[in-house]
Amino acid sequence: MTSEIVQKYFRIENLPHIWCPGCSNGVVTRALTMAIDELGLDQDNVVVVSGIGCSSRAPGYLDFNTLHTTHGRGLAFATGIKLANPKLDVILIAGDGDVSAIGGNHLIHAARRNIDITTIVFNNNIYGMTGGQYSPTTPTAAKGTTAPHGNIDKPFDIAQLAAAAGATYSSRTTAYHVNQMVKYFKDAISNKGFSMVEVASICPTYYGRKNKSGSGVQMMQALKNDFIDKMAYEKLPEEKKEGKHLMGVFKNITLPEYTAEYQRVIDALQGGENNE
Amino acid sequence: MKSKDQLEVKINPDWCKGCGNCVSFCPTNVLALDHHGKSTMVNREGCILCGMCEKLCPDFAIWIGGKEDE
Repeated sequence: MTSEIVQKYFRIENLPHIWCPGCSNGVVTRALTMAIDELGLDQDNVVVVSGIGCSSRAPGYLDFNTLHTTHGRGLAFATGIKLANPKLDVILIAGDGDVSAIGGNHLIHAARRNIDITTIVFNNNIYGMTGGQYSPTTPTAAKGTTAPHGNIDKPFDIAQLAAAAGATYSSRTTAYHVNQMVKYFKDAISNKGFSMVEVASICPTYYGRKNKSGSGVQMMQALKNDFIDKMAYEKLPEEKKEGKHLMGVFKNITLPEYTAEYQRVIDALQGGENNE
Repeated sequence: MKSKDQLEVKINPDWCKGCGNCVSFCPTNVLALDHHGKSTMVNREGCILCGMCEKLCPDFAIWIGGKEDE
């Protein structure tokens, strides 16, 4: 037994899920179904695609058309689905490693084309499924099993990366800020073009233990305390800006969408003015 | 839609993994973990049905539902 929304949009027979106690993946996945419900999307018209990773298990629990693909290639599969049937609402669920390391090129080119796919990144700053290796979003000096003395890399800012690559909608929120997350998901799905919502998430099992971040609750509390809207951040006195992370909408513009442009070429060649 | 007096917090202990989000982020502190480490309601009168527990439960194990529901 569970709530009406979970009964409607989840494959109940596959629950409870395998995610660790305190992992925020369930919070984010449920928020996505809230957004889909509030938008009134046809359940049979929604396609949820994923690659590999803890977050990529989510489509297995969701009762839509779902596809669990190879590591990093979720966006390549999603691009194929959207081009084959542009009427579908295509949503990608990916982890930080999946979308910005293994699938980094797919991300920037899907964003560059502005194809109407909504990408939701569960960014827990680590490779959780494979045992806590550092990812492209692990903060400098943070620890992972492959960085026992602290990470010397500088992290990607996934929301800004997608915006710079050409996404027409890009925002960041956290797994704690559920109401904002649902709103961003709705705005991203409604945007006719490539949309990115980066959700700062928590991995108590690997990131938390390696970095002595405390329990899942303490890590959720840190999301609540450390993330601040980018507008509010500008007004903070300098001494209070340290250690703060920015959330908010980084880009929201309108540009021609890829499948619509592709259809124009098809129409022109199949009897449009150009064919006479 | 059900009215507020027809609603209550419901808990599925089989799905609860005891992370404690519902207990810690409840604005009126009406939840606790029992001796099995599962979420339990300790002050039903104090619950304001805000839904914070439901939103932050990663395991879909606590929610606001109708009193008459299964």
